Amino acid sequence: MLIKRPSDIPPSEITPEPIYRRRRELMQAAAAGAIIAATGWTAGGARAATKPAALEQSIAQSRFSTPEKPNTWEAITEYNNYYEFGTGKSDPAENAHRLKTRPWEVVVDGEVAKPRTFSIEELLKLPLEERIYRLRCVEAWSMVIPWVGFEFNKLAALVEPTSKAKFVEFTTVLQPENMPGTRRQVLDWPYVEGLRIDEAMHPLTIMGVGLYGRVLPNQNGAPVRLVVPWKYGFKSGKSIVRIRFTEQQPRTAWEKAAPQEYGFYSNVNPNVNHPRWSQGREKRLPSFFATRDTQLFNGYADQVAQLYAGMDLRKYY
Amino acid sequence: MPIASLSPRTIAVLKAVVFAAALIPIAHLAYSAIWNIDALGANPAEYITRSVGDWTLRFLLLTLAVTPMRKLLGWPWLARLRRMLGLYTFFYAVIHFCCYIAFDHVFEMAEIVKDVLDRPFITLGFIALLLLVPLAVTSTNRMVKRLGAHRWIVLHRLVYVIALLGVTHFWMMVKRDITEPAIYAVILALLLGYRLWDARRRATPAGATRGRANAAGASRRQTV
Repeated sequence: MLIKRPSDIPPSEITPEPIYRRRRELMQAAAAGAIIAATGWTAGGARAATKPAALEQSIAQSRFSTPEKPNTWEAITEYNNYYEFGTGKSDPAENAHRLKTRPWEVVVDGEVAKPRTFSIEELLKLPLEERIYRLRCVEAWSMVIPWVGFEFNKLAALVEPTSKAKFVEFTTVLQPENMPGTRRQVLDWPYVEGLRIDEAMHPLTIMGVGLYGRVLPNQNGAPVRLVVPWKYGFKSGKSIVRIRFTEQQPRTAWEKAAPQEYGFYSNVNPNVNHPRWSQGREKRLPSFFATRDTQLFNGYADQVAQLYAGMDLRKYY
Repeated sequence: MPIASLSPRTIAVLKAVVFAAALIPIAHLAYSAIWNIDALGANPAEYITRSVGDWTLRFLLLTLAVTPMRKLLGWPWLARLRRMLGLYTFFYAVIHFCCYIAFDHVFEMAEIVKDVLDRPFITLGFIALLLLVPLAVTSTNRMVKRLGAHRWIVLHRLVYVIALLGVTHFWMMVKRDITEPAIYAVILALLLGYRLWDARRRATPAGATRGRANAAGASRRQTV
């Protein structure tokens, strides 16, 4: 008979299952390798060789977490806006290893009874929770991010804000020697963001110190950053070194740069148009298509809408 | 100078090479989108749209570079590549627009119309695309004849307006860091500036003689 029976195939010719299962991956890697070798080109820049260590503290689950599937570690850590490291989306992943995160102190002062300076080690002793939040960028894309952090109000309680504290100002670190993006005056460095006191004290507002149960990567705002899930992403300042309770509304970096585009509130709102991006829809990465309807307050309206009762959100954008 | 004049065969080969090379950017993006999506980062649609937009501007500037390079280098055959580069500009512009209507607006016509009217940088980009259409349509030899050389030349001066609109579109799109659009703007300024300088030079009697001598394909002869 001319037709070989299957049993005629020698075992040595049979690919082991794990490799067989990875065949597509292997072929893609080979093809990508060939392209990179041929052109010396890589998209997204150098990948971080090692992930940061797992956080040692116990991490509680939270009822505020969304059941949506989080984006991958790679998506969250290789596609960032952190202009101090460059304005390209892959610049932070390439350059942020230069950020010095130890020793790290956060000055908390202003309209408080007990101003003090916290070391990062002290902050990491606050009760940590995993908060899986939607993140909506003003650029009309969104992700789901498993942050680890503590509620801002826990920190505020330690310094006892006075009755004059109406706002909170957050200042990002400025290390010009380590931050190539700050050589040019793209924004008025250091980056400053702000919240109204009731927004800051809201249980959804956290100080993030981790991601996927690990220490927060530098490009995501290590060692401690603000996370305000119902506002556009730029409101959540990274690598915070100063928190000041104020009576006056702080002037934020983006307000100074383009006040007609970036208001103090910057709540996610499909009905308030932006001169650069239509905000009616969003693209949930890694999807190609902006098929999701933008939700008022990024889907956190049940929790936060009462903060803005009676306010004209078109005026206070 | 051997490089000043090429045989028809060499020019045909050269055109084929340029034709194939100009397809590399889109071929590479398509390959990545299908087989190596990770190479396009976390936001592949944005990567593709921006990349195709970049290539549109690059082909536009290449097209505008043909005449200055032809004159400065004394390579008349460069003119034979201009139409192809111009049509590739249109090709990439159309793909760029398709990315925008597909990825950002999932073909919602009413939404697209509103977006084009509402957002100035998109308005400018859209006008530039519309203005490219008559240039692409009249790019054939037959259309040059039908229009007559003079009218054809006047019509195709629209490319200067298109280039200004294209670079401004990019400039206004950028949120804060204008380095990249500034590079395109400087190159465009040089290419347009050369034309002004060349026109003025040819308007003066001595320059005019030299200009005609060049146009006749003669080597650079000083007419003092």
